[in-house]
Amino acid sequence: MTGTRSETRNGRSEDVLGAGAQGGAPDGADLLTAEDVVVRFHTKKGVVHAVEGVSLRLKAGEVLAVVGESGSGKTVFTRRAMGLISGGRGTEVSGTVTYDGTRISELSGKALSAFWGSEIALILQDPMTSLNPVKRIGAQLTETILLHERVTKKEALERAVELLRSVGLSEPERRVRQYPHELSGGMRQRVTIAIALSCNPRLLLADEPTTALDVTVQAQILDLLADLQARRRMAMLLVTHDLRVVRSRSDRIAVMYAGRIVETAPTPELFAEPKMPYTEALMNAVPPVAGPNHVRLQVIPGRPPDLINPPAGCKFSPRCPYAQDRCLTEEPPLRDAGSPDHQYRCWFPVGSPAWAEAKARNIERGTSAAGTPVTEEMVLT
Amino acid sequence: MTLTTPAGPALTPAGGASPAPKPGGRHRPALRRIRKRLVHLLIVLLAVTFLSFVVVDLLPGDAAVVVAGDNATPEQVQQVREDLQLDRPLLVRYVDWLGGVVTGDLGSSFRTGQPVAEALAQRIPVTFEITIVAQLLALLIAIPLAVYSAYRPGRLVDRASMTIGFGAAAMPTFVFGMVLIVLFAGGVSSILPATGYVGFFEDPLGNLRSIILPCLTLMIAEAAVYRQLLRSDMISTLQEDFILMARSKGLSARTILLRHALRPSSFSLITLSGVNIGRLLGGTVIVETLFAIPGLGQLIVQAVFNRDYMILQGALLFVAVAYVVINMLIDLLYLALDPRVRRDA
Repeated sequence: MTGTRSETRNGRSEDVLGAGAQGGAPDGADLLTAEDVVVRFHTKKGVVHAVEGVSLRLKAGEVLAVVGESGSGKTVFTRRAMGLISGGRGTEVSGTVTYDGTRISELSGKALSAFWGSEIALILQDPMTSLNPVKRIGAQLTETILLHERVTKKEALERAVELLRSVGLSEPERRVRQYPHELSGGMRQRVTIAIALSCNPRLLLADEPTTALDVTVQAQILDLLADLQARRRMAMLLVTHDLRVVRSRSDRIAVMYAGRIVETAPTPELFAEPKMPYTEALMNAVPPVAGPNHVRLQVIPGRPPDLINPPAGCKFSPRCPYAQDRCLTEEPPLRDAGSPDHQYRCWFPVGSPAWAEAKARNIERGTSAAGTPVTEEMVLT
Repeated sequence: MTLTTPAGPALTPAGGASPAPKPGGRHRPALRRIRKRLVHLLIVLLAVTFLSFVVVDLLPGDAAVVVAGDNATPEQVQQVREDLQLDRPLLVRYVDWLGGVVTGDLGSSFRTGQPVAEALAQRIPVTFEITIVAQLLALLIAIPLAVYSAYRPGRLVDRASMTIGFGAAAMPTFVFGMVLIVLFAGGVSSILPATGYVGFFEDPLGNLRSIILPCLTLMIAEAAVYRQLLRSDMISTLQEDFILMARSKGLSARTILLRHALRPSSFSLITLSGVNIGRLLGGTVIVETLFAIPGLGQLIVQAVFNRDYMILQGALLFVAVAYVVINMLIDLLYLALDPRVRRDA
């Protein structure tokens, strides 16, 4: 998979529709910058701290994967970054989001939605629900094109057909007249991808684009996305809970936990040297392809944190096998691991002497400082 | 009477490309539905007319006595009974009547001798006009209010329209009608006639003036219910992923509400509206009485009091046909509005 990807990424072949980056930020310059983004929902049960101080940079043409469990704030962050979530009526937002020099976090109404569909596009998790059931595929495709570009209906329809062809749908001329329920899940996700790409956006936000699909279809859709991303030199924020999915398909990874970024690094580096125990745990929670059969999977003990009453100190400490007293009271800041490209939030980063000591202490007493049982086989890394 | 509700998104068959539609296949579901409804209609008509025949027969009192008048001698009553052929058994009379219906003869009024078809032809257009105008008014008022209320729930428009709507729906129809009369026809101002009905072809403007107040009276409670129903369906539609998707395309709120959310939210509204039209076509006695409108409701009530079986049977036949036909139209409307129904029809 890695091979295919690097080929297409370096290939840079022009395709008919992939006008690619139209001016603006060249490859390598920051396209999307999030600074200290906070989203809180005020509910009857209390304040939900969905996103707490997330800062991210996404360069033009780059693929950034945001990885985390459900409830880690990755979806909320994505929607806030785009501006789909705004302040008011029980929703509190702060921090800034800058897209290609425009501070879009301060825009609203038409000024903001002018970016949507044309510059920034979104793909949702479940293609069964993200298409309007009573509108034809063609209408759902052309409405974006007609809204953002000065074309006739006929031209828009021709482009819709071309788009469907480019996402690998057979008989595109017939598809535009069909309704969503006449297509399978994988086909529908291809349609939503075609819709997202219809106005050549420079930034694609893909929120778990394959989670709701059959495993066999997942890889096809991911490869399609990777291919289109590379050909169009489009930046992509790929949200997922599955590290495997992004290993060969992202340039950088940001791991989120309890609304915070807990580790961010270039993809190869993250896999080679995870610093944050949560990242390590995510990797271990996935069955290794080359490993023996019937080996017990290492699950992450406990449950995702309560976002209304998050734990003090490090948010992962209640579930972390290496947790010490300090972790329970003091929240670690984001620190550089050698280079500013690789940052993590941990007092006892995996692989360090302090970590080895913490690990030995917890195995000896049989529990972490938070009281989570710890056995030797749990921390075999 | 079964009302088919459209399959929700959850019932949509999951995945699987459909085979290519055969040429002309698109109209098949509609034809199949009409055929099914027509069979349905026949059964309903037989049941309704027979039941009403039996019930009217069981009512205390004797048509012959009523028709013959207060001072009639027993011999005269007997004569009337024989003239009206009321001395024959119920089943024979029913089959006889049914035979007449099939050949287009609905019989004549016992009392006035007027052919039933003629009596109905006078009343049905009046009721029909008032029903349709009242429904259109109700929808015209309810839909924009509901859409805006769903867009901004809990804000001024939502709260105000809900309060006024509940007030209006809770008030008995005739009270609201009388309020309207006081306001527009004699009390505060006299810009509209309080009673009477002017035919459309005699005087279109006069017709319009004569139906405004009855239609407003009929419409208000329905508009309130329609608004409430559409508002809540719309609010749940607006939570759907495809609305988020539509927003992320950069579409305006107006486009999203009217082009994306309204149609999938309108199915219960259409169902209810169909039921209401069917019901109103049976006549609205209170409103007809209040505004002295010669509609079907009054005709039916008089027929009951007068034991005028023939009129009653004819009117009930019309009501039953109207009800089934309206429901058939609603059914076809679903086909037009929801492509998912077309498939699993």
